[in-house]
Amino acid sequence: MSKAVSAMNGASFAGLAKVTETGLGGMITLRGDFASAKFQTAVKAATGTQVPATRKIAFGDRGAAAWMSPDELLLLVDYDSADAVVAKLSEDLATEHHMAVNVSDARACFAVSGDAAREVIAKVAPVDLEAGQFEAGDFRRTRFAQVAGAFWLDETGSFHIVCFRSVAVYMYDLLCTAAHPQSKVGIYA
Amino acid sequence: MLILECPYCGVRAEETELHGGGEAHLKRFGPGSTDDEFHDYLFMKENPRGVHLERWRHVNGCGKWFHAARCTQTLEVFGTYSAQTTEPPQEIKDKISAKRPGWTWREFKG
Amino acid sequence: MSTRLAKQGRLIDRSKQIEFSFNGKKLKGFAGDTLASALLANDQMLVGRSFKYHRPRGLVASGSEEPNALVGLGSGDRFEPNQRATTTELFSGLAAQSQNHWPSLEYDVGELNSKFFSRFLTAGFYYKMFIHPRPFWKHVYEPFIRQSAGLGKAPDKELKDADTYEHFYYFCDVLVIGGGVAGLQAAKSAAASGAKVLVLEEKSHWGGRTPVDGGTIEGLDADAWIAKTVAELEAMDNVTLRTRTMGAGVYDHGYILGYERLTDHAPGQGGPRHRLWRIRATQTVTATGAIERPLSFAGNDVPGVMLAASMRDYVVNWGVTPGQKVVVATNNDDAYRTAITLHEAGVEVVRVLDTRESGGGDLADKVRALGIRVECGRAIAKVKDGKRVTKVAICAQNGEGGAREEIEADAVAMSGGWSPVVHLWSHCGGKLTWDDAQAHFRPDPERAPTGHDGKPFVVTAGCASGPLTLSAVMADAAAAGAKAAEAAGRPAQSVAEVATSDLTEAPMEAVWMMPAKADIKLRMKTWLDYQNDVKVSDVQLAAREGYESVEHTKRYTTLGMATDQGKLSNINGLAILADSLGAEIPKVGTTTFRPPYHPISMGAIGGEARGDIFQPLRKTPMYDWHDSHGAHWEPVGHWRRPYAYVRSGETVHDAVNREVKNTRDNLGLLDASTLGKLIVKGPDAGKFLDMLYTNMMSTLKPGKCRYGLMCSENGFLVDDGVVARINEDTWLCHTTTGGADRIHAHMEEWLQTEWWDWKVYVTNATEQLAQVAVVGPNARKVLEKLNAQAGGGMDLSKEALAFMEWKDGEIGGFKARAYRISFSGELSYEIAVAASEGQAFWNALMEAGKEFGVMPYGTECLHILRAEKGFIMIGDETDGTVIPQDLGLHWALSKKKEDYLGKRAQTRSHMADPDRWQLVGLETVDGSVLPDGAYAVGNGTNANGQKNTIGRVTSTYYSANLDRGIAMGLVKHGPKRMGEVIDFPGLDGKIYQAKIVDPIFYDKEGEKQNV
Repeated sequence: MSKAVSAMNGASFAGLAKVTETGLGGMITLRGDFASAKFQTAVKAATGTQVPATRKIAFGDRGAAAWMSPDELLLLVDYDSADAVVAKLSEDLATEHHMAVNVSDARACFAVSGDAAREVIAKVAPVDLEAGQFEAGDFRRTRFAQVAGAFWLDETGSFHIVCFRSVAVYMYDLLCTAAHPQSKVGIYA
Repeated sequence: MLILECPYCGVRAEETELHGGGEAHLKRFGPGSTDDEFHDYLFMKENPRGVHLERWRHVNGCGKWFHAARCTQTLEVFGTYSAQTTEPPQEIKDKISAKRPGWTWREFKG
Repeated sequence: MSTRLAKQGRLIDRSKQIEFSFNGKKLKGFAGDTLASALLANDQMLVGRSFKYHRPRGLVASGSEEPNALVGLGSGDRFEPNQRATTTELFSGLAAQSQNHWPSLEYDVGELNSKFFSRFLTAGFYYKMFIHPRPFWKHVYEPFIRQSAGLGKAPDKELKDADTYEHFYYFCDVLVIGGGVAGLQAAKSAAASGAKVLVLEEKSHWGGRTPVDGGTIEGLDADAWIAKTVAELEAMDNVTLRTRTMGAGVYDHGYILGYERLTDHAPGQGGPRHRLWRIRATQTVTATGAIERPLSFAGNDVPGVMLAASMRDYVVNWGVTPGQKVVVATNNDDAYRTAITLHEAGVEVVRVLDTRESGGGDLADKVRALGIRVECGRAIAKVKDGKRVTKVAICAQNGEGGAREEIEADAVAMSGGWSPVVHLWSHCGGKLTWDDAQAHFRPDPERAPTGHDGKPFVVTAGCASGPLTLSAVMADAAAAGAKAAEAAGRPAQSVAEVATSDLTEAPMEAVWMMPAKADIKLRMKTWLDYQNDVKVSDVQLAAREGYESVEHTKRYTTLGMATDQGKLSNINGLAILADSLGAEIPKVGTTTFRPPYHPISMGAIGGEARGDIFQPLRKTPMYDWHDSHGAHWEPVGHWRRPYAYVRSGETVHDAVNREVKNTRDNLGLLDASTLGKLIVKGPDAGKFLDMLYTNMMSTLKPGKCRYGLMCSENGFLVDDGVVARINEDTWLCHTTTGGADRIHAHMEEWLQTEWWDWKVYVTNATEQLAQVAVVGPNARKVLEKLNAQAGGGMDLSKEALAFMEWKDGEIGGFKARAYRISFSGELSYEIAVAASEGQAFWNALMEAGKEFGVMPYGTECLHILRAEKGFIMIGDETDGTVIPQDLGLHWALSKKKEDYLGKRAQTRSHMADPDRWQLVGLETVDGSVLPDGAYAVGNGTNANGQKNTIGRVTSTYYSANLDRGIAMGLVKHGPKRMGEVIDFPGLDGKIYQAKIVDPIFYDKEGEKQNV
């Protein structure tokens, strides 16, 4: 529906790294028993991928699954299909204790890309961003300065950050500040 | 600033990712308990100098509560373990005993 | 006079002249100068006045330990006081001002005052002077102290710092603090193991002071070895080198703060000024060197008296000499290097006074061979007072200062021995041991600070460990690097011995007083702490007055309490204290070393958190619309909610009154998106909610809503809200705006740590939904119009959606969930749509609502409408000490349930006390508005002679609908005192009289919401 707008309407900034609000994405909080065959099948059906390993994100042909906690995944799917996927998950897992909630609109998503992307993240999150310590496919929940967020690194070297929609402006301003063109640290880039 | 390893997600989390939750292994008293029992449950918390068993939550992380066995004097961490237990596992007790022979904490000891 | 020499100056570039100013005077220096060296080159030895006595003070040191040369730098929004001239790199246009004087640096009134008052300004003068008479404290002493307290001037409070700052998180195996030869060698041996190494150097150049002191390493002179080693380290992938970055503090579990100064030396460069490195290092090597100690003789603070090695630094590094005729006084061999350096630079060394009867070693012989007069067993009795050294009186060291010979000189180089910089070792608990031979405290490697695993995580290297000769320093550093790497889990490499050249030095001699038995007149002119003006006589007085603990003496005398934290004064001061107490120095011990090593900027600590990102502001999807429609914002936690929508020509109060009337008469819209929405699901969800809420939630039928209360285990109310049962195993719990995260955490805590076998999942869906309260007599009409426009939608009639019911469907083409609930007593629907569509839905309501008199309303209107109906508000009627029974909410406390959180606590004797204050309505007799938070007073007084209180106002408003003040409050025996008038004294002196009434002021029968 065209009535739906993301929190920052696709804003972007080019500094040390490029910071972009990536717009609306489908997201589902899925809680359940990772060890259950039904659960695994349902995740596969929803995203095309397996249940990811601890602190990993796994990609399939229909979406991705990120490890949030031992009993919670974040499924990434098309925005428009999120409700249908939730309905299907609820059906597939009807006989099991689980929870599937569409949280697409509760979130804001950003990409940080470019040579200094690792440095930009390392200015605001207490995480070791050294290559080798944080690799493509790694997924981490942490804090970005004063707000909670999760991020992963994709194969192209771009970081993707998810936070709550209400703090989208804070997150964007924070990342842009960290990406100030004259603030290069010179450690990772 | 402490670092504790979250036993659920494996992150060696610095204190800014964590939230302290006070004494571990509280036994809840509800309706039917005596005034003394209930009073002690609410207010009489352990605050030792030395070996302590505590609750922490990986709040800026996987969101899970866990337990930590720690020395409040030296800040040495003996280990972290599941929140879904009413007493420290033997492995944790052994780790404490190796460093602090003869330790005691409420009804637990090395 | 101090001048620039024709030669020397390894750090300056004479081809690049730089203009700067000091107290408005235009001066010139060279690239590579510090402000201190440039001032000396311009014969500006006098750089400030002392804190207490306003004595003239000159440069004493060449590095960050400098106590005197504190200046104000910059102007306007970039002004900063108390910057060290010795660590300030010169740049074009630098503007410095000296401190603590009036009217000028040269002529100071305070100095005259202090000459007169100085006998009152002894140890403990704050305590002795200001205690009596008592009333003087408030009117005389406190304002006086406030005016004269503090070093330098605070920046203009109206101006905001124009610079930006940032943090950087970094992780490494081995962190080396200090880039002198020891630090570089330690880094080299640590890096050889493959460990990830970070090296921090406070200054802009590598190598520390070895190039000044001389000696060869691996057959190379110091400069060549440093250049080669830095190049080698830079070429290694596992090593990172940072200059202008100070290791500021060592904290628990290997947390280290690094303070990087990015633009202080190059203002206008752009980007952040400082970067605070938040480092986690498995092992830290402190190669922090040593600091030379002053000698305690009378007049040791007269400008021109300088540490011997610092004087050498000025000559070798910057090609300036502090004087033309220099007296050297020492108790060790190192100061002879200064005599040699000065002599080679063409400066006359008039005398070397060595306190040791037996004199020095190889270096002393070299000095004699140069024709310089060396006298052993001799001391300085006194340097003549003034703004500059002019005359030095000489006497025997082992005497009282008699039989003096007076010689002319314009500078004095003093050396009382060297103390390792143990600060970083000590910050996190590293212990020290007393080294009698060197008369200093050095780190005790057996008692290192320990980390998370109980093992040591700090290793010292070089002079910071204690050894002072080049060969010992290099051997110690190589071993330290390897040790740190091994402790960090990297296989140790065999450490190659580093070949160095050394001269043989004679043992130093501990000298704490010069001369050893100096009389009181001399001791009263003998400074220990230059920055805080503490003299030998002050410490001795403190000891006589019973101050035995070094920590107490510190506070009583202020020794070591200034911005330099006693870097020069500590050891000398405690030696005097020990002597006065007749105790051994190690028995007296040191004061505590606390981070940061040197002051760091507040900006760096705050990092990026300033301006727009000082703190996160939470915004609903309709935030921008509110902002462009006159929203007067109210902070609610981190949320910003419209308090009222102010139209042109209105006051905020007018706007509130308009919204209050319009919502009751026509139609109001409230952005309720901030209310918490927690989804609770699972086979045990009903059981779980029955434990969390005081009322029964498991019996709620799907499609229905129920208002619920939550208490803490202590029985106190913590939150409230409407719970909707979605289906057989799913409930949606609304929380207060401030409660969403807190109650979510509360639920997770009980589920994870107490009832972990219960099958319940919770998700916080607060931000998934934009929620709009559509309130007022026209509420149904506007929603039905939207449905009509869309060609259909959910049936919102009274029959299809009764009060306290909810349903899913479409409204105006939006996928929506509608709750028929009311916090205002009006016909009211709360409609939830996807957050991303929130703005579009709001727009549709505003457009369709025009014909129905729609107006948005804010939180104040919300509050007034609920208060008119006597509904409680968490945070107003509750404050963490209020239980549901206090608020007359007995109907919401299930009697059927055996247990719920808070139930047991509510039976405790104090909770069941009939004297607890209880909720009532309050109406002022004259219709005015009761002051918020006012207390009601009753008969009699309490033990403090204050009137007994019998209640307090919890909510108070002007109700435009009733045209009078209405209030709620908690009053002792309140519900039994209906109609009684009680007194509320206001802060304005007026006594407000209010009648106790029923808290429901409007539509008591509740007819308006049931239409």
